[in-house]
Amino acid sequence: MHGLVNRAVQCFLRDTFGADIWHAIARSAGFGADGFDTMAVYPQTMTDGLLDAAARHLSRPREMLLEDLGTYLVSHKTVEPLRRLLRFGGADFMDFLLSIEDLQGRSRLAVPDIDVPSLTLDEVEADVYQISCISPIAGAGHVVMGLLRAMADDYGALVLLDHQGQSDNQGQSGSVELIRVHVLEARFAAGRSFDLGHPTLAGPPPAGPTPAAPITAGAA
Amino acid sequence: MDGATQPNPTHYSISAAALDRLMPMHLTLDARGIIIGAGVTLAKLFQGAPLIGQSLFDLFSLRRAGAITTIDALHARVGQTLQLSRRDGGASLRGIAQRLAQDQGFILNLTFGIGVVDAVRDFALTDADFAPTDLAIELLYVVEAKAAVMGELARLNLGLKGAKSAAEARALTDTLTGLGNRRALDEALARITDQNRPFALLHLDLDFFKAVNDTRGHAAGDHVLVAVADVLRTATRDGDIVTRVGGDEFVLVLPNPPAKDALLRIANRIIAGLSVPIPFEGQDCEISGSIGIAQSLQFTPVDIDQMQAAADAALYASKRAGRGRATLAMGQTCPE
Repeated sequence: MHGLVNRAVQCFLRDTFGADIWHAIARSAGFGADGFDTMAVYPQTMTDGLLDAAARHLSRPREMLLEDLGTYLVSHKTVEPLRRLLRFGGADFMDFLLSIEDLQGRSRLAVPDIDVPSLTLDEVEADVYQISCISPIAGAGHVVMGLLRAMADDYGALVLLDHQGQSDNQGQSGSVELIRVHVLEARFAAGRSFDLGHPTLAGPPPAGPTPAAPITAGAA
Repeated sequence: MDGATQPNPTHYSISAAALDRLMPMHLTLDARGIIIGAGVTLAKLFQGAPLIGQSLFDLFSLRRAGAITTIDALHARVGQTLQLSRRDGGASLRGIAQRLAQDQGFILNLTFGIGVVDAVRDFALTDADFAPTDLAIELLYVVEAKAAVMGELARLNLGLKGAKSAAEARALTDTLTGLGNRRALDEALARITDQNRPFALLHLDLDFFKAVNDTRGHAAGDHVLVAVADVLRTATRDGDIVTRVGGDEFVLVLPNPPAKDALLRIANRIIAGLSVPIPFEGQDCEISGSIGIAQSLQFTPVDIDQMQAAADAALYASKRAGRGRATLAMGQTCPE
């Protein structure tokens, strides 16, 4: 697993449960509390070990933790840049949903070896969609579900989500998880504000007529 | 309403050549979905294979939240973002379809989207293959610049990481003997109790070390300590933690320890090793060691402080019983 993925789990545990609990989980999983380097690639067993240690330590099902992780990725201020990138997916929740197949490619554009699940969207009936999620991490579909739930909130959409378990993996590597998405209302509430323009990354404002400099009297 | 004098056309006509310059990745389709025109860049992707006269659906599979397999389905998706992948493999494309006037068919404008990086390489595309309004070249620029910067940062990071782990190792190491120091011991104990693994704690205090220091000097004392470290390393397994926590005090942490008889054998082997005279500047230094042993299984729940106190008490039992021996906490001293 890419360090960024492991680091996301680390930040989630630290920001949600506190530094002490993160340290205890890291130690019980057998590595230092410094955690993961975002630029390194780690064996997948480490990621699984970390998730299992967290589930054990917090006495929660792994699936529930993974879903909370997905929500965290959108809604916590530590990872606001990620929320912005996700909002690039579209102007409203429907657009976002329809662009979800691009998520893996777009992520790889930024970080070539990142392990983002491969997602396929199919319309089942009017307003009802099925997402197939393929990932080497068992339960990654729950992360996607938490992320969708938070993105629906972010857009102000009213959505019913249902994890429908795993299906035959049809010879693919990793598991295929199915998520049913029922869009009840794409624009239910105002949602959180979002501008494509980044507040600080943009260059200086275009040159225009400069206001005359105030004349200071009594210069030395 | 003030537009009455100005014509406000709802339809335009444009030459195919002009369209090609505006949209070099377009396809025009007749009302049945048969290709009647193709942009010059799109034609390049098929490397000379004829496109005109072929059905769109034979060349591409189209998706938007499910497969689009008929011209009626395409009609229903006019104006929406579409995903196309070539049936012969290769690049996937993104596009949008619009109807032509008078039921002449459709125009489909395509882009590589994020696949542009691969496509430029695979089809040897140049600046001239993109419309001047297309941001493809800027995207390529950003991707390459990002890769170069990330590469630099990764190198920097690797250097920093090496420096950091060297500094950490120094902070956990007793510089004289190369064994762990007290911090290393505390970390090891915290880790092993977190992992809930059983372990044994061996507390070793050298016998007659002060005499060596007093009569032969500190250089001899340091030499003896280094020799002691070698004895301890030889007597322990990989994964055991050996630390020097004071002048002549050592603590060993043995994860998944053997039964108490075997523990005592290990301790006696260490004492036997320590009792071998250590030559220094032509003259032997003679020391020994006393050991106290506590086992985590004797404590429920495991309490590090209690265990250390028990190992300590066992160590002093060894000292009182005449030194050069090992004692199990809450057990017998050996040899009697």
